[in-house]
Amino acid sequence: MRKPRFTAAHQSITFSRRMMLVGGMQATFGGILLARLGYLSVAQNEHYQLLSEDNRVQLIIVPPRRGWIIDRNNKPIAINRSDFRIDIIPEQLERPTETLRTLTRALDLTPDDVDRIIKELKAARGYQPVQVAENVPYENYAAVTVRLPELPGVQPMRGFSRYYPSGPAVGHLVGYVGAASAKEYEEEKNPLLVTPGFKIGKEGLEKTLEPKLRGQPGGQRVELTARGKLVRELEPKPDRSGETVQLAIDAGLQEYAARRLGEESGSCTIIDCLTGDLLCMASMPAYDPNSFSDGIGQTEWRMLAEDQRRPLLNKTLQALYPPGSTIKPMGALAILAAGIDPDETIHCPGGYRLGNRFFRCLGRHGSVNMRRAIAKSCNTYFYAMGHRIGYDAIAPMAKRLGLGARFDLPVVSQSYGTVPNSEWKARKFKANPRLIERPDWTASDTLNASIGQGYLILNPLQLAVMSARIASGRNLHPQLIGRHEKPAPSLGIPQEHLDAVRGGMWEVVNGDGTAGASRLQLPGIEMCGKTGTAQVRKITGSQRGQSGDWKYRDHGLFVFFAPYDNPRYAGSVVIEHGLGGSRAAAPVAKDVLTYLFDREQALKSLAALEEQWGGTLMERTARREAQFKAMSKSAAGLGA
Amino acid sequence: MISSAIIPQPLARLPWRLILLVAIICTIGIVTLFSAAGGSWSPWAIKQAITILAFFALAVAISYIPENFIKQVTFPTYVFILLLLIAVEMVGFVGKGAQRWIDLGFIRLQPSEFMKPAVCLMLARFYDLLPIADVRRWRGLWPAALLVLLPWGMILVQPDLGTATMVLVGGLTVMFVAGLPMWYFLAGAGALAAALPVVYAMMHEYQRKRVLIFLEPEADPLGAGYHISQSKIAIGSGGVWGKGYLNGSQSHLQYLPEGHTDFVFAAFVEEWGLIGGVLLILAFAMVVRWGMRVSQKSKTRFAQLSAAGLSMTIFFYVTVNLMMVMGLAPVVGIPLPLVSFGGSAVMTVMICLGLLMGFERRSRTRSTLS
Repeated sequence: MRKPRFTAAHQSITFSRRMMLVGGMQATFGGILLARLGYLSVAQNEHYQLLSEDNRVQLIIVPPRRGWIIDRNNKPIAINRSDFRIDIIPEQLERPTETLRTLTRALDLTPDDVDRIIKELKAARGYQPVQVAENVPYENYAAVTVRLPELPGVQPMRGFSRYYPSGPAVGHLVGYVGAASAKEYEEEKNPLLVTPGFKIGKEGLEKTLEPKLRGQPGGQRVELTARGKLVRELEPKPDRSGETVQLAIDAGLQEYAARRLGEESGSCTIIDCLTGDLLCMASMPAYDPNSFSDGIGQTEWRMLAEDQRRPLLNKTLQALYPPGSTIKPMGALAILAAGIDPDETIHCPGGYRLGNRFFRCLGRHGSVNMRRAIAKSCNTYFYAMGHRIGYDAIAPMAKRLGLGARFDLPVVSQSYGTVPNSEWKARKFKANPRLIERPDWTASDTLNASIGQGYLILNPLQLAVMSARIASGRNLHPQLIGRHEKPAPSLGIPQEHLDAVRGGMWEVVNGDGTAGASRLQLPGIEMCGKTGTAQVRKITGSQRGQSGDWKYRDHGLFVFFAPYDNPRYAGSVVIEHGLGGSRAAAPVAKDVLTYLFDREQALKSLAALEEQWGGTLMERTARREAQFKAMSKSAAGLGA
Repeated sequence: MISSAIIPQPLARLPWRLILLVAIICTIGIVTLFSAAGGSWSPWAIKQAITILAFFALAVAISYIPENFIKQVTFPTYVFILLLLIAVEMVGFVGKGAQRWIDLGFIRLQPSEFMKPAVCLMLARFYDLLPIADVRRWRGLWPAALLVLLPWGMILVQPDLGTATMVLVGGLTVMFVAGLPMWYFLAGAGALAAALPVVYAMMHEYQRKRVLIFLEPEADPLGAGYHISQSKIAIGSGGVWGKGYLNGSQSHLQYLPEGHTDFVFAAFVEEWGLIGGVLLILAFAMVVRWGMRVSQKSKTRFAQLSAAGLSMTIFFYVTVNLMMVMGLAPVVGIPLPLVSFGGSAVMTVMICLGLLMGFERRSRTRSTLS
């Protein structure tokens, strides 16, 4: 096929047509450009104006001062101590290598520190300071300040660091602060978190009260160039310190209890049994929150994590124990509520026979009524009565007194254990048949639970609440924040029931009961209580948990209240592997209560004890810390 | 053209409407450079003013060159520039440095700059000589393609993707309006689309990054996407009325990089707003439209085709720069002619304008004579 000839006429038509096409294309692009310009400067104007202002004005953040934590008497628990810190402003840094060398020498920086500083300097932009060191001792600080003229870009600062006057005594209670982690920054996206020297709550109350304690950062608003050069300063924005938070805690009592626990692993909880104010929640051994606030070494952390006394665990809230005989007063209330006369006697021949099994008692108590049963901690009485009324009649009373409850407290976590009943057991069996032999609640389950063993497992705070509710008959809830004056409402338990149980508890300490040795040496003030000894493992043969390896020994527990005639304070003491309640726990309770009524006498007996243990809590903590430091240094030396 | 008894004839014959537009554009450029230097004539504004005046004089001089003379020197000039391209390439290769320019003292010129108008003239000359009937034949395509692809390839390997593309676009425009069969261009566009992955694979790492960043500048706002992000911020934050002259924080605080060269439009719009930007775009549009009309009105085929190619070159300069600055095209180093600081683009555009003015006057004179 032949194509038609391309002629001049064709060419002229083609030319004008194609010129129109080209012109049209150009016009289209022109239109696109105009539309885009309009879109950017009209529709997107607000967005880009913000970005432009963001570019122009930067805030050099001034971290707010963290709010204080004070006790019920306004005594400080956590405060801020002014300290010295050294930062580098990357923009002003002129000779990085020499500057870093000088700083390393003047501040004794470790190679790790230097690595971190170099890394942060590389990532830094403009006026955002990079931290060199904090908590610098005055001599080193002075050594840097005198060399400042030859160190452009180095910025010595006065900062604030968190300080806990009573150290480990409040460790588990208040937790500690630390620099925000990358993950925490990701979650909040708050530039304050990456400001050098700024710390957030990491554990305990410091963490749960963070919103109150943090405050509002201030800042110097400055106009900066893209390279971070200062153009001019705009009006500064003042910072606002965090709020002061008052706790129900009695700091003196808390510290005394922590010191009195000594070298034992355990806890001491004391509640105002009218209002529910938690006066003391000591848990020992504990870490020193002061050593956490400037960052803790790996070695120290490992030592804490591997210690079998679990210094990282808050034992008042997170440790669970079989309560042993300490729940017998509660059992007694349940028995009374079931309509049994407290004067009815049970014969104790040294145990209780159920079918072909013999459940042992601690001794042969002969004929016992309720009061004697509590005083002597007679298992047989509670076996027999428990069997008669059934555990489903006891569990409601346990719950009514706060056992197994999760309290509304600003804490990071609380374990709340188990108050078992038949419904619980069936559910548990369904969930995990291997752990539990059969789904139905048996009489031997009742017997075990009646003396605080078996499936029953509780935390020390719950025991303290139980004891407080028995002492006052009030439905109090533990309170950690603020002072409360208004007494809690009544639980509605008949007065004669309470009196019967309290009488038994009086006898435990003041009669010929199990804790006679721990009578208060105070005229007119009597302590009532109930000892408990909780098995850590099954009794096998002669092995009764009273000897052998520390970690297999029985726990010693004690619940108490005082004064007897007008109860005000109640609480619990748990000594892990302390062999027995009367031996390990009750003496602590005695001393701690003595502190509340006669400080001098209490401190005197503590001084005698601390001499045996090798110094006060602070002295022993300092010694241990020095040990950690030495170990981490030698570990670093090995690594290098 | 202004008709007046007072103004001498040669002056009155200058295309004053065009000159006014160019003057507006150049003034905008100088005013913006003055602001970009923080309110100072040095280092950019005064130099730019001198450069513009010098090249404007050159443009007027070019406009008086007779068309026949241009026709005669087109091929030798083209070959000469091609040889220069080879020469600097070899010198650059020997010297291991990227010496792709010739130093004229006040301006450093790349031979590739001259190639932008030269390729248009060369192709126009080719189709001028080609018998009409051959336009749709094979012999109407391959010499033209060779004339375009030779300089294109040599500039591409320098490597200077922006300039190479402009040479290609100028040449293609001439081929298109010369009447080559449409399916060539459609097939070419199709082939290009198919070849894009291959081109992408052959690109330098930094070029590849620019393409990726263009597709998503916010992915790396502090790194390679910084230019585009900051440029968009400058333009967007100006709003309708702008932040006011000498008040552009983006350019003054140096958040906007290259605010005096490639990104000068962003610096201008930040201070003068949508109003200023539209004015500048319209001024450029009218310059291009003027060039296209010169092409349509020209009586000779050579003038028609050259004028179309030269107008397209100016259009392409402006459009690619503006699209790049507003985030519609990847960042390729193409300045905004007559506004960006730097002599090369001013020179190229002034040469184009000078040639266009010459064609325009001749079309007028001849029409009055005949």
